[in-house]
Amino acid sequence: MDAKVLQKNLLELIRRTSVELPSDVVRSIEAGARKEAAGSNAKYAFDVIRENIGMAKVKSQPLCQDTGTIIVYADLPSWCDEKTFRKAYEKATAEATKVGYLRQNSVDAITGANSGDNLGPGSPSFHFHQASGKALTVRMMLKGGGCENVSTQYSLPDSRLGAGRDLEGVRRCILDSALQAQGKGCGPGILGVCVGGDRGTGYIAAKETLFRELDDVNEDARLAKLEKRIVKEANGLGVGPMGFGGATTLLGVKITHRNRVPASFFVSVAYMCWAFRRNGFVLSEGGRISRWLYPS
Amino acid sequence: MLLEAPFTEEKIRALHVGDLVEITGVIFTGRDAVHKYLHDGGKPPVDLKDSIIYHCGPVVVKENGKWVVKAAGPTTSAREEPYQGPLMEQYGIRAVIGKGGMGPKTLQYCQKVGGVYLHAIGGAAQVLAERVIAVKGVHLAEKFGSPEAIWEFQVDRFPAVVTMDSHGQSLHAQVLADSTEKFKSLLG
Repeated sequence: MDAKVLQKNLLELIRRTSVELPSDVVRSIEAGARKEAAGSNAKYAFDVIRENIGMAKVKSQPLCQDTGTIIVYADLPSWCDEKTFRKAYEKATAEATKVGYLRQNSVDAITGANSGDNLGPGSPSFHFHQASGKALTVRMMLKGGGCENVSTQYSLPDSRLGAGRDLEGVRRCILDSALQAQGKGCGPGILGVCVGGDRGTGYIAAKETLFRELDDVNEDARLAKLEKRIVKEANGLGVGPMGFGGATTLLGVKITHRNRVPASFFVSVAYMCWAFRRNGFVLSEGGRISRWLYPS
Repeated sequence: MLLEAPFTEEKIRALHVGDLVEITGVIFTGRDAVHKYLHDGGKPPVDLKDSIIYHCGPVVVKENGKWVVKAAGPTTSAREEPYQGPLMEQYGIRAVIGKGGMGPKTLQYCQKVGGVYLHAIGGAAQVLAERVIAVKGVHLAEKFGSPEAIWEFQVDRFPAVVTMDSHGQSLHAQVLADSTEKFKSLLG
């Protein structure tokens, strides 16, 4: 494929991700809004959120000014090597920043200097895998700093929470993370959770599980039950949207697991804000997008 | 209710937790770098007397020689907790717009100096950008980069909820206390 065609498609992917929310997220927000009392601050927050979703799409401008860490997963077929993809994606990123689909959001960690084009060491954050077929599949997520800052990791046992190395312990950690976040992560939030792994792989898997659709059901019946229970219990905490108080604290919990070493038992929680920007597509070698993975 | 410039102590003291306000006048963005800079003794490039500081790193691009605000929602305010109160007192900042609320130190200063915390809806960058009707100027952009600069925004009916007032009330403290109680009973 011509590099320019790839770049153009990637720019459109970035644009859509920044300005549109997937339909599963919108449905979940609508359901949350219906639960809040008329005239409450929580209802007001939902009204503004809903108006914002519509406006961003129509104006083709970022839903949220914090266009976040750019997290990219690419399944590469034989016709597209890593270097080619990286180059095309970086060019698309710089262009998206220039026209305002993305904020200048990449800062040198030592000097504090903003690169101005969202490029730099680790930025964007790429994850490459080999595709089994001939198509190029790209998934991406924009994860803002507010929700990243309230993401957290527990090492069990945890005496403060009375959390042992079992699913009850996991439940206590996840509920605590929702409590600690209050309104700081732009709730109502969605939690991606990984049980096990090491500290690094745990966080990565926690974020990856956010690629699941909000209304799907976990294949593992034990985890499906736990996910449902935690959403219900967290909503009973009354933190509410923006931490204003209210009935909707979480829109969803998605739990996955990774094997751990006997000595470690981590619970990693990736908090995602309501402005849950994820999208993706399947692209043929001829440069045609055959499918959008999270239609709005 | 309308909150129009000039933002006097009298107007601010009349606000209470739960009030929905619409702000009209000039507000200044300022976030992490600006707060640290002022705290470390940096000279403010604008007059902050009776001002409103907006915790926001907007997306602003230049189109045909003119600044255009593409997105301008609030950022998390808690990071400015060490600096906010003393800066309110030192420079006469009357109100802070942000999200997620602030802590007991800022609440104390709100009481002392006649200040208020206004919670904008996090993530609502389009609804809020729509209320920015003009960019009057930008300061410290070279030094700190565009998101961390001080942008002077002329706003018209910019909406926010009072969540911390000058009477010692904080919605955030209340929600934290209530939800912590419920959490304890869930854990048994």
